[in-house]
Formats: sequence, structure tokens, C-alpha cells
Amino acid sequence: MAYVAVKGGERAIDAAHAWLAETRRGDAAVPELSLAQIEQQMGLAVDRVMAEGACYDRGLAALAIKQARGDLIEAAFLLRAYRTTLPRFGASLPIDSGAMRIRRRISATYKDLPGGQVLGPTFDYTHRLLDFALAGDRPVSQEPGRESPRPASLAGSQPAPAPAGIAAGLPRVTGILAQEGLMAPEAPGEAEPPDLTREPLAFPAGRPLRLQALARGDEGFLLAMGYSTQRGYGNAHPFVGEIRMGEVAVEILPPELGFAVEIGEITVTECQMVNQFAGSKTEPPQFTRGYGLVFGHGERKAMAMSLVDRALRADELGEEATAPAQCQEFVLYHCDNVEATGFVEHLKLPHYVDFQSELEKVREMRATVLREAAE
Amino acid sequence: MSDAPLLEARGLSLRYGPIAALDEVGIEIHPGEVVAIVGESGSGKTTLLRVLSGLLRPEAGSVTYRDPEGTPHAVHSMGEAALRRLHRSDWGFVHQNPRDGLRMGVSAGGNIGERLMATGARHYGGLRAAATEWLQRVEIDPSRIDTLPGKFSGGMQQRLQIARTLVTHPRLVFMDEPTGGLDVSVQARLLDLLRTLVAELGLAVLLVTHDIAAARLLAHRLLVMRHGKVVEQGLTDRVLDDPQHEYTQLLVASVLAA
Amino acid sequence: MSAEAGYNFGYLDENTKRMIRRALLKAVAVPGHQVPFGSREMPLPYGWGTGGIQVTASVIGPDDTLKVIDQGADDTTNAVSIRRFFARVAGVATTERTGEATVIQTRHRIPETPLREGQILVYQVPMPEPLFRLEPRVAETKRMHALADYGLMHVKLYEDIARHGHVAISYNYPVMVADRYLMSPSPIPAFDNPKLHRMPALQLFGAGREKRIYAVPPYTDVRSLDFEDHPFRPVRADAPCALCGSRESYLDEVVTDDRGGRMFVCSDTDYCNTRQAAATQEAAE
Repeated sequence: MAYVAVKGGERAIDAAHAWLAETRRGDAAVPELSLAQIEQQMGLAVDRVMAEGACYDRGLAALAIKQARGDLIEAAFLLRAYRTTLPRFGASLPIDSGAMRIRRRISATYKDLPGGQVLGPTFDYTHRLLDFALAGDRPVSQEPGRESPRPASLAGSQPAPAPAGIAAGLPRVTGILAQEGLMAPEAPGEAEPPDLTREPLAFPAGRPLRLQALARGDEGFLLAMGYSTQRGYGNAHPFVGEIRMGEVAVEILPPELGFAVEIGEITVTECQMVNQFAGSKTEPPQFTRGYGLVFGHGERKAMAMSLVDRALRADELGEEATAPAQCQEFVLYHCDNVEATGFVEHLKLPHYVDFQSELEKVREMRATVLREAAE
Repeated sequence: MSDAPLLEARGLSLRYGPIAALDEVGIEIHPGEVVAIVGESGSGKTTLLRVLSGLLRPEAGSVTYRDPEGTPHAVHSMGEAALRRLHRSDWGFVHQNPRDGLRMGVSAGGNIGERLMATGARHYGGLRAAATEWLQRVEIDPSRIDTLPGKFSGGMQQRLQIARTLVTHPRLVFMDEPTGGLDVSVQARLLDLLRTLVAELGLAVLLVTHDIAAARLLAHRLLVMRHGKVVEQGLTDRVLDDPQHEYTQLLVASVLAA
Repeated sequence: MSAEAGYNFGYLDENTKRMIRRALLKAVAVPGHQVPFGSREMPLPYGWGTGGIQVTASVIGPDDTLKVIDQGADDTTNAVSIRRFFARVAGVATTERTGEATVIQTRHRIPETPLREGQILVYQVPMPEPLFRLEPRVAETKRMHALADYGLMHVKLYEDIARHGHVAISYNYPVMVADRYLMSPSPIPAFDNPKLHRMPALQLFGAGREKRIYAVPPYTDVRSLDFEDHPFRPVRADAPCALCGSRESYLDEVVTDDRGGRMFVCSDTDYCNTRQAAATQEAAE
């Protein structure tokens, strides 16, 4: 009877923690993972934890993954919890993804475009066959694997990119459409955007707040929501205008200096999804944008985010909102996996008192029904 | 009115657990006749409407529909395809909540055109003309033909639903509390419109309502339901002016008192 | 070329191929009707052509010659990837020439060169259900197909004309097959729709993620939905191909700079190359 009660459970908790630590370490004969190994070889896990943990620090994310035994939601939770303890010195200037040092940049809407398509380090055209060469203990060669076709005839494709990025300042596809007046313009707002990390969600949530919530939302949830819009639950006709991934500078503007200072560089993935808009009485038909931006290399999440962002603009664009992905409250209240996992998992806490009253109620109702049936 | 009934039901019974929603109900309706089913909520009248229109299967009893050639069809054994065909040609259904009967994402004109297209109309100009004519008939400004129903008032939505249903000139229309959710003044206008259309088109209507005044205005005949049973029926004026059953007397009295 | 060791010819095992062939036979017997099939996990992601790949794997033999196009072109990355896959797991001959291929797997186009009897055109289908934007519930759309209850699709076309003056569907334009089933032609441009009608080649459609197969047998009537007074009209960019000068082919728009510069070229690379070669030869003679 280890799972007895909240009361008197201290010894049980201590024992569970010790067991957890032992299990986390696993077989002591197997060398322990270093944070550098996780950071370097589990890079996409690190990226995901930084995105959902809403904290850009690869080392801390690697630590969280190690501590969480590879449970990425638990790791994001650890990182979030740590993040709240940090003092806040200020906000950066908006990053300029147009000035990104690009490692990957693709468009599904144009076969070729200024700057070319850059496949970068992608799984896209690998055949999903387990590569048993990776299973051995011998070191794997550094040259590009046999599963990385680089078709020479691909229009505009670049030679193998250096990890440092191959181009900067490439025009955005949405900008090309905007020149022709085909893309609904998005005026930069003057108002200070709300900060989701300091103020609770309020409805109706404006787009800045929605994008913040989505940027740290759960990848799986956003994926399913985005997918649902493609299957008819929501009115989506999406095209990937552009996905780009690479490094951008982060700048702050110290009030005492009066000019911007670069404080470092982060990796981000940006997706601009182009969507049909039928037009309205006041506006001609044009394309509208769904936007996704996430920390690290998080392409699936950035794409799903841009689908959901566009779906959430239904009201603003005068579209009928009928599907779950178009419902602000549904999406924003449920996209945060730290909140969601907390509430779902709290069901395993003791609920004896509530359940006892339920028991009494059900017994009473059953008695009434049975008595009436007997009459 | 011809002798053969358009729709005829015998011995309909249906129970929800211990509750009898329908208890040995029989009814018939003749071409061009308006029959109202009255009773308070829970009396079984909406269940009866759903059973008569084939949407719900009774545990016992039969419903027979006689087509324009006079051939009788057992509604509950005719198969889904035939029943659907009936619902989009010979029959119509007007829901209490217009949202249940309209496509809210489709313009007024598209709503009216749907039944025509479902029965084979493929001429856009013809569909526009029919939609324009029907908007006028239900007193909606034809310039609103491309407006979504969501922009309409409750009364207009209900009139649009009626236009959408009547555009194919059905022989029999089922109406479930068509004035239910509307203001009193709007109700009066709608009832007036319905009375005109029913007379012009020679429709048979099966009207479910708890509104005695509506029944008096529209119906030739009246059935009073309580606890799944028809407790009284007859010509509308006779039933309302000289109610025999004590429950009918109560119903009529409560209207007079109100 | 020989197939990769350790894998069955065409990647799928023979029982799976038989299951898919049974679905294909049923699909051919009921033109335009979506037949559910036990779609397998493939080594490419769902949505990238797994339906087409499974169909191709089930119909291809060692003597076949395979052509794979994506957006009309043989050299687009996904086409390259799928062609390599079959070269590897089936060891079949591949070609870029439409006329030389016996099996053509395509995404989003029908080749410009007319197909002939004996050829098979395999379409990759992302969403087989033509009604899904109007009715997302699969159980309900199945009922609508069973009852040929397609009024709703016409309502959509009516709404487009009322709002825009014409039908606002530019690709994946719905068709009626043999006057019975409403069918999605897959996201080919509406420009390609007339090629579906009475095509001498067998057309097979595979949707891996949605687990559906359907078919249009040779010489079957395929009509694009329209109204009597608003007949279906295929559209293309009003320009000649900048490379081969064709005024009949479907064109891609290529952005040449970020100052509004652009050119139009054939999306069907084989068609364009063939015309260019012929023109060069003519000039030389």
C-alpha cells in the first residue's frame, strides 16, 4: 500500500524520488549522457523544449531534457518554471527575419524565385528507412548521408550549405505578392503588444497575444488543429508562401544609450502561409497571411502555427467561424501543454471527498429510478 | 379535398424508457388540408411530427404516403434514398429554429436555390429568377439575395426558411413551431404570410404548435395531444369553442386567461 | 538496374499488393467511387504521395518504364525522390519522356502530350472527398454519394457565381464521372480537367492518408460541373511559354527578381523540352 494518502506520504515521496533518479540514470554500465551530447545530437528536441518552454537557452533545455528523462513536455515545464525565476531587464526590438542568415528557405508557390530555394538540413526527401549504419558503435562518417539527395537539376538549388548559413537579406515571397497588391497588407502596430508571460489571456485576444500563445503552444496540439483546417473543419486553402530557417540578431535599445545594441543571435523558423480570401464589400479578393514563428528549427510547429493563426483570423476577415480551430477560446485555452498536462494529470491526485459525495448522489438517484420502476 | 388521404398513420407507439412518447396515435391529412397538433411541451407532438416525416422510426404502427399518382408508400420501409428524394421534392420541413433549416454559410439566394438544384435545376439565371420571386413572396427585399442569413432578423430568417422549403411546390409541409422563437408582433406577420401562401399553393400542412392562436388562424382541423395520446380532435372552431376533454378545456382557458 | 536487396519488388509485400489490386479492380468497376483500402505506412510521409506510390507499387512490373512528375516537372524534388525510390526498390527503367512511359505517377498535373491506350496514369491524391469543404463528416458524405445527393456542390458553384461572377475553383475542380459519382480530380489545375474526359489511358487515384482508391477507366465520360448558362471554362495564363513559345500548355509563373519581374514557362518540362529540341532541329535544317 505505497499509494496511501497525501498524509504521511513523505517517506513514500522520498523513496519515489530516489527511484526516479536511479531510473533516470539507467544502467550505470552505460556511459552517462553529457549536456553537450544532448545539445548537439538531440538538437531538434532541444529546439522544441526551448519553444514550448518559452526560453531560448540551449544548455538549460538540454539539462531539462536530461532531467526529464526525454519527456519533452516535462522538460518544457522545467524550463518554464526556471524562466519565471529570472529577472526581466527589458524587451528586445522586433527581430528582422528578412535579414536572416539563411540555412533553409523554400517556397511551394513559386518554382523559382530570387535567391533560390535552399533545402538545407531537412528530412523532407529522405526515404524513411531505418539507417542501421547509425546503430553501430563505430563513428558515423561526417559526409552527407546517402539519404540526402540533392538533385542537380533543382532550379536554383545551392550547393551543400555551410552550417553558418549561406545567404542573408533574401526577399520574402509575401513581399513579392504584396508588390502586386495581391497580399493583404499588415500594418505594424504602434501599440505596445501585450505580454502573455506577465498578463493572463484575455478575450477577445488580439493577434499579437494569439501569436504569443501559439508560439509557445504544444506542437502536437497545433499540428492537430492545423490538420483539422485542411480536412474541412475550417475554411483553409493554404499554400506555403515561404519557410525560412536560420540565424537572426537580437537587439535591445537601452534607454540610456538611445541606440540599439546587438546582444546575440538566435535560430528561428518562420513560416508564411498564403491563403485565399474571397474579398468583401470593401476589399477585393486577395491573399491573406497565416504566420508562424518558433525558436530553433521547428518547421512542423511553424507551419501548424501559421495554419491556426490564419484560422483564428476568421472573425477579423468576416468568415463564418464554425470549426474548433477558428475558435479563439478553444485554441488558446488548450494549446499550452504545461497548463494542459497539469490539469489532466491532476486527476491522479486524491479526490476522495468529491467522489464520496458523487457516490451518495448516484446511489440516491438509482434508488429513485428503481423505486419508480417497481411501482 | 379528395377522399384519399395524403398521409395516414395508424397505431403509432414509441416509448422513451418508461415514458410513452406516442401511445396508439392515428392521424390522417388530406391534400390542401392544414392540421394542427397542439399540446404542451412533452406531450409527444414533436415526436409525432418526426415519426410522420420518417425521421424517427416508431416501435409499432404505420405511416402511409400517397404519391401524386395515388400509389401508397409505407414511409418507414421505403429506404433512405427514396425518403430523401421525398423530402427534397414532395415534402418540406420548416424547423422552429431557422438555423436548423437554413445553411447559414450560404446566401439567401443559394438557400432558396438548393432544393431546385437538388432536383436537377442547372440554369443559373433561372435559379436567380426563382430566388428573386420567392424573396418577394416572403416579403424580403430581393436586393438581399446575396446576403448571408446571419445578417437577417429572426423573422426574416424564418421567412427565408419558408421560401427555401416552398420553392419546389411541395404537396405536404411539416412545420415544427414555426413561430416559436419570435416576438408577438413578428409572429402575427409570419402567420398572415403563411396563411396566404398555404391558400395560394394549396399546400397540405402538418403544424405542430403550443400556440392555440396560431392553430386557430391556420388550421382546418385540430388534434390535442397529452402524454403521447390524442385526447381530442375535430374541426378547429368546434374544438376551441366547445372543448370536450378537460385537458383541452384547460388549454383553451389558459389562452383566454393570458 | 536491380531492386534493392532485402525488399520485395516494389517495396510492398505481395499480399499487400493483392489487397490494393482488389481495391483497384473494384474502383475500375465503379468509376469515380472511392474504395477504402488498407493503406500502409510508407517510408515517405503521408501527404507526399503515399497513395500514388502504393498504387504504382501494386501495378508496376519489371518490364514497365516509370515516369514521375510533380507540378508537371520531372526535376522537382518530390518527383526525383519518388523516382529514385522506385528505381531502388523495383529496379525498373525510368524515363522523363511521356511517350515512353508505361506508368506515370503524377502530382497536380496531367501531361500535355495526349496519353494512349495501355498507359496508366497514377494520381497522388491528398483529399479524395470532393465534398469535404462543404461537409467534413465522412459518414455524411458517404451517404450523399450513395444517394447521389449532390445539390450541395451546386450550391457552392452558385455561390461562387453570385459572389464573383464565375466559379472560383481554379484547381481540384469537381467532376461527375460516368454521370454517377462526383469525384475530386486531385489538385490538378482546372485547365487539365478536359483531359480526364474519355482519356484512352487508365487513370488510377490513390489517397494514402485518407485510405481511398478510385479510378476512371479508359474512355469514360468525365464532366466538370457547371451551369447551362455558365459553362465550364479552363483557364491558363495569357502568355506564350518563354522557352518553347507554346500557347496551348499550362504555364508556371517564375519570379525573376524582387522588383516585379517574372516570366512564364511550361509546367510540363518534357513537353517544353521536346518542343524546344524540335525547334532547334528545324532551325538547323
